[in-house]
Amino acid sequence: MATRLFSRLSKQVPDWPTYLASRAKDAKDPRLERYYASGTPDPDTPIGEVPLVAMDLETTGLDASRHGIVSIGVVPFTLERIRLSEARYWVVAPRRPLSAESVTFHHITHSEVASAPDLDSVLDELLACMAGRLAVVHYRPIEREFLDAAIHERLDEHLLFPMIDTMSLEAVRHRRRHWLWLRRLMGRPPASIRLHESRQRYNLPAYTGHHALSDALATAELLQAQIARHYSWQTPVGTFWR
Amino acid sequence: MTIEQLDIRDHMAQFAPFDTLPDELLDRVAEQVDVRYFQAGTDLLVKDQPIHELWYLRSGAVEMFKRSGGLFNRLSEGDIFGYSDLLRNNRVRFPVRALEDSLVYFIPEALFQQLCDENDEFSDFVDTGGQRLKATVEEQHRGSDMLTTRVRKLIHRQPLLVEAGMPLQQAARQMREENTTCVLVLDAPEDDWEHSFSGRDNQSWRLAGILTDRDFCTRVLADGISPQAPVSEVMSRDPIAIQSDESVYEAMLCMLRNNVQHLPVLHRRHPIGVLNLPDIVRYETHSSLYLVNNIFHQTDVSQLAALSGEVRTSFARLVRDGANSEMTGQALATIGRSFARRLLELGEAELGPPPVPYCFMVLGSMARDEPTITADQDNALILDDRFDPERHDAYFKDLAAFVSDGLAACGYPYCKGDIMATNERWRQPLKVWKRYFGEWMDEPSPERLLHSSIFFDLASVHGEEEYVEQLQDLIAERAPQRPVFLAAMARNALGRTPPLGFFRTFVMERDGKHRQSINLKRRGTAPLVDLVRIHALACGSKAQNTFARLDDIARTRLLPEGVNERLRHAFELLSMVRIRHQAYDIERNEDTTDNSVVPERLSGRERRHLKDAFEVLSHAQKFLGFRYPMPSKGR
Repeated sequence: MATRLFSRLSKQVPDWPTYLASRAKDAKDPRLERYYASGTPDPDTPIGEVPLVAMDLETTGLDASRHGIVSIGVVPFTLERIRLSEARYWVVAPRRPLSAESVTFHHITHSEVASAPDLDSVLDELLACMAGRLAVVHYRPIEREFLDAAIHERLDEHLLFPMIDTMSLEAVRHRRRHWLWLRRLMGRPPASIRLHESRQRYNLPAYTGHHALSDALATAELLQAQIARHYSWQTPVGTFWR
Repeated sequence: MTIEQLDIRDHMAQFAPFDTLPDELLDRVAEQVDVRYFQAGTDLLVKDQPIHELWYLRSGAVEMFKRSGGLFNRLSEGDIFGYSDLLRNNRVRFPVRALEDSLVYFIPEALFQQLCDENDEFSDFVDTGGQRLKATVEEQHRGSDMLTTRVRKLIHRQPLLVEAGMPLQQAARQMREENTTCVLVLDAPEDDWEHSFSGRDNQSWRLAGILTDRDFCTRVLADGISPQAPVSEVMSRDPIAIQSDESVYEAMLCMLRNNVQHLPVLHRRHPIGVLNLPDIVRYETHSSLYLVNNIFHQTDVSQLAALSGEVRTSFARLVRDGANSEMTGQALATIGRSFARRLLELGEAELGPPPVPYCFMVLGSMARDEPTITADQDNALILDDRFDPERHDAYFKDLAAFVSDGLAACGYPYCKGDIMATNERWRQPLKVWKRYFGEWMDEPSPERLLHSSIFFDLASVHGEEEYVEQLQDLIAERAPQRPVFLAAMARNALGRTPPLGFFRTFVMERDGKHRQSINLKRRGTAPLVDLVRIHALACGSKAQNTFARLDDIARTRLLPEGVNERLRHAFELLSMVRIRHQAYDIERNEDTTDNSVVPERLSGRERRHLKDAFEVLSHAQKFLGFRYPMPSKGR
């Protein structure tokens, strides 16, 4: 069922509340069960009332079937406040080898990764941080595919949940033609550049990119800016999630 | 959490009052901030809403409004607000609106209170927030005793008073008995009662002269005057005196300016003592005193040039001792004029007496008593109207060259704009000078005035002081009646604007993309001086010094209430930052001393104060444009 739902994602918005409710019943891992049970808000809830969590993953490459996750940053927030005191950041050891190329990209070294825990051991904390909050990412496929693949590899179950993608909000607004051009490309250009460019449009300051925590913060700020400029706090959350 | 990965801490560390926090406290702040984005035009704080956070502007700009709706303050990157409400009653007093898209960091109230409790600098900052600029300027003043101590504090004995008819020998005996180095000579008041006072004998007297032990040597003995001759015969008449409530510093300058060693001190018109140079030296060893004294003892240009290094060190010492900009400027002006004066004396000794009387005048910063260590020479010669170029100009051309070359040797570079007496155009009889000034004021154009506005700061250094006074009178009389002239001057004054945007780009420069500095003279003090000059000309002031001009302007209704004070503080601050950075260069033996300040050298606090000062200047410039519009041609 999960794969079928996933394959339809690009075409239409799935019925997330129903999906999460059903997974809460059939999830085998208690951590996933707890996460799914926390559910998701009604699609008609105004975005201004929804607890959110910005998330960013740094990975060893762009292909979820060959590359792994090296770090995760999460920043809980609402449109009212980004709560940095509740932000979390983990370095995790990917089960696939770290290439020299990705090291220069992320500033995370082999030794750091060597001493890092497996994702499995931080999953409880990660899911606790995300429970009851709607995820916000910049360029959805990476976070969705990598997280799902990593969990599937470890628990033989899927981890799928609704996400607001600030990049597609931006593409719809400003860069539809660009967006198509981008999609014609095989992979994706370095994410932080697009994040940076989007932020510039809202006069948000430049941050040092390629760090899961600062990119998560940058994403949270970007969503606040996008809602302030193009939507309202009253816009139903169902308009945004995919 | 690995907060150091976020730019928050590094950003805050650049701005006051966070720049003074110890690392541990700064970490605590960075870990606890909340963040929110505000679009341009949205309200951040509404009047009377509850407030429980300190607001820190990470990027963008906001405006704070007064109860009346007028603009109270404009804040930009690195500024904080809301603290006065947190300290008061947790209700917003001044509403705040986003001028640009802004990102705000919030510091929780509990943490804000901790910062106030644990860090004095932080609590000082938030306590004095509204009065920032004023507080620093006053802080600087407190450091200098010379300026605040009154002359009467240095007077420890009654002056020796004698009547004008007393024989010299008797006066000398009294001096011996009293163990004093001078006597003040009293005479019956002349018809002007202004200068008279009633003595203990209830008779009316006036201070007619002063006689010093040196006069006994150089005038009595040397000229073979009879010991029985009355003191009035050799005394210095109508001596320069000072009021007892003037500052010690003023007294020192008065002595330096007039090259006198003894200064009678008056309470109203009543002599209460005599101040002599050692009194002051004892009070405050002050190298610029010795320096000026030295200048007048040198007998050729090479000896004078040898003193120029001392100018730099005495300047640096003055600054280190906490002198304010007025003291520093006056000391440097006194030194500069002394060089010029001594050079003229030496020139006359070499070339012979002048064929017609002349006045050597300085222009620009030297005339305003505001030069800094980098001042170049701006001077001119006003010649007697009997001047005949055919017969006399060779002499004055040589004299001008002698002085100008001498000044260059003494560390005062030639004027790049050729405003020097060596230029024939600026070596003219008084009548021509009157014509020049007349033309500048009657038929002005901004282009024409662009290079000549420097002539509207003028002071005599040597010779017939009265020539300069005549020109000053002419200016004071005519300028207020010439709206086109004032408008043209105003137009030029707006050409140089303060670098308001500088502080926003500062962070970018830190990234090392490009290094930039602000020229505090070109973008700060010079436009402020220009602006004050125009108001001074408009109100017929004859003052040359910017502070003195502001005093004159304050007596009129030219400026809105409070503006005069703000300009004064801004000028003091801009001048002091400039002066301190020059002194810093000198103390580190750096070759280049200039008017530029590199951002790295500014503390966060200095940057903030500078920004305030630049804003005062910017507002005043806008006002200037409205106040002196170019009248339409038809009228």
